[in-house]
Amino acid sequence: MKALLELSNVGMKFDTPKGTFEALKDVNLKIDAGEFVSLIGHSGCGKSTVLNIVAGLLQATDGGVILDKQEVTEPGPERAVVFQNHSLLPWLTSFENVELAVKQVFKKTKSKAEIRDWVEHNLELVHMAHAMHKKPDEISGGMKQRVGIARALAMQPQVLLMDEPFGALDALTRAHLQDSLMEIHAQLGTTVIMITHDVDEAVLLSDRIVMMTNGPSATIGEILDVNVPRPRDRLALADDPTFVRCRQQVLQFLYEKQRKVEPLPKRESVKAEADRKRA
Amino acid sequence: MVTLTFPTWMEPYRALATGKMTGDQWQALLRQLIWPVMGIAIFLLLWQLAAQRIDTSLGQFPGPVDVWEQAGSLVDEHQASRAKEVAFHERQEKYIAARLQQQPEWEPVYRDYTGAPTFFDQIGTSLITVMSGFLLASLIAIPLGIVIGLSSTAYAAMNPLIQLFKPVSPLAWLPLVTMVVSAVYVTDDPMVAKSFLTSMFTVSLCCLWPTLMNTSVGVTSVSQDLVNVSKVLRLNALSHVRKIVLPSALPMMFTGLRLSLGIAWMVLIAAEMLAQNPGLGKFVWDEFQNGSSQSLGRIMVAVIVIGLIGFLLDRLMLMLQRALVWDKSSVQR
Ligand SMILES: Nc1ncnc2c1ncn2[C@@H]1O[C@H](COP(=O)(O)OP(=O)(O)O)[C@@H](O)[C@H]1O
Ligand SMILES: [Mg+2]
Repeated sequence: MKALLELSNVGMKFDTPKGTFEALKDVNLKIDAGEFVSLIGHSGCGKSTVLNIVAGLLQATDGGVILDKQEVTEPGPERAVVFQNHSLLPWLTSFENVELAVKQVFKKTKSKAEIRDWVEHNLELVHMAHAMHKKPDEISGGMKQRVGIARALAMQPQVLLMDEPFGALDALTRAHLQDSLMEIHAQLGTTVIMITHDVDEAVLLSDRIVMMTNGPSATIGEILDVNVPRPRDRLALADDPTFVRCRQQVLQFLYEKQRKVEPLPKRESVKAEADRKRA
Repeated sequence: MVTLTFPTWMEPYRALATGKMTGDQWQALLRQLIWPVMGIAIFLLLWQLAAQRIDTSLGQFPGPVDVWEQAGSLVDEHQASRAKEVAFHERQEKYIAARLQQQPEWEPVYRDYTGAPTFFDQIGTSLITVMSGFLLASLIAIPLGIVIGLSSTAYAAMNPLIQLFKPVSPLAWLPLVTMVVSAVYVTDDPMVAKSFLTSMFTVSLCCLWPTLMNTSVGVTSVSQDLVNVSKVLRLNALSHVRKIVLPSALPMMFTGLRLSLGIAWMVLIAAEMLAQNPGLGKFVWDEFQNGSSQSLGRIMVAVIVIGLIGFLLDRLMLMLQRALVWDKSSVQR
């Protein structure tokens, strides 16, 4: 069987004031339909760049992306994106936010009533039916992210792209959303690429974990198959040997093989800063 | 039993009436009523004291009491003029009816009453002019601002012109506008007066800048995330502007509109005064030329009314802004 999505020799060079910066080099990846793939790596290594190239929001400078036998050249609803900070239109209610997407994608194929039902159905899927008519300002961060997911799912994408979707949420809310996402993935069989920097999240949700090396010229370092049967339960998994081994391997990759040394601020400058603030 | 609910700002007064004031309510009462009243009282006192010491060639500078009297006499004059107008029309009706009885084939000619405009007529004229000028400016500035905000080419092309014309005073535009209107607007049966057009265009030229600038800034500062949403949804250019850009820019646009209306009102008075166009500005100028012992008092009435109307126009925009803008935090006082 041929892969649904294929990245071949994808490279990305940015023009910066200090010259060309090669963010990505030779990224090769094949993803099958229905797979849940996580991208993990240190911050700044190029995960978002990969995702944006798949989304069509960025054009790769080398290589290319093929989705379902067609080259990706521009953004489109068949590659729906869930952004890190929800990106809901603040002047529309949850319902209207999802409706905007549904109308745009299905205006030719669905009647008015069908559109309304489809919007409501997707909001129910993410457990947001109770706050359908609230605006983003009136709901919590986790709820906004749920609406963002509903909006993306409602487009019936071939691939769902998520850029650190739960990064800004507290641990408890994040756990709830992870469970919802697993439930939805099991129910719909959507193909998902998710960026995360949370090792547990990656192992819990993914079929495969794609680990990226540090930039510049970042590429795929290792790919790990997570052979843990579904449905997965976060409590039972805590001491499942496969789960623990996978977790170990990702941690090893991140903190031994790709150890990232963040320069600490110098003592003097910290002190000077404090003095300046006091003055 | 019926329970009455009071708006929160009325709470202190209710408590005062029932004799149960808390510390916070005293604070609120002071802030809402006592300090403003004190401020006004002290201002009136200082005004009275200063007025007694200023002698002008038109007599003593008017104090609050003189101004109050003049306000009363302006109201009286207005009522007298209205009564005359009614009487004029009655007489005309009677004359026409009588003549038609004798000469049924006669085509009656109706004439308008041509008395001098009163203070209140001038207020009406000024309000109509300022609103027309402001509307015209908005109709130009909002679309132009959107184009400039969307296209960096348009921005590069227009920015020098905007920077050049923005600081120009209405007084500099006025002679040019007057001449152009006289040259271009030639009809036998003018729908509106030339002076009206002159004032209106001058107001538009001076007040369109804040709306233009704020709209374009609002449009450029649409969040990149929302632009990405629009791209993923493949919204076409028109939907992108309607669904994403315009609502995003609306708070900034309203900030600009409010500034513009304030400028429009200020410019209008100056333009009317200088160009002898009907309106409050002309009223002030006429009183100044007239130079009677009451003139200064009447001008002072006009000054206060101009201030009050400016304030009310601003409140009106604020209410509109509150009603229409989604981002309530962008609505300042
Ligand atoms: N538009 C751009 N211009 C220049 N450099 C960029 C641009 N976008 C990203 N980069 C650089 O590319 C690298 C990868 O960025 P990104 O994909 O956002 O990382 P991640 O999502 O893994 O944190 C970073 O070093 C970043 O500074
Ligand atoms: Mg990122």
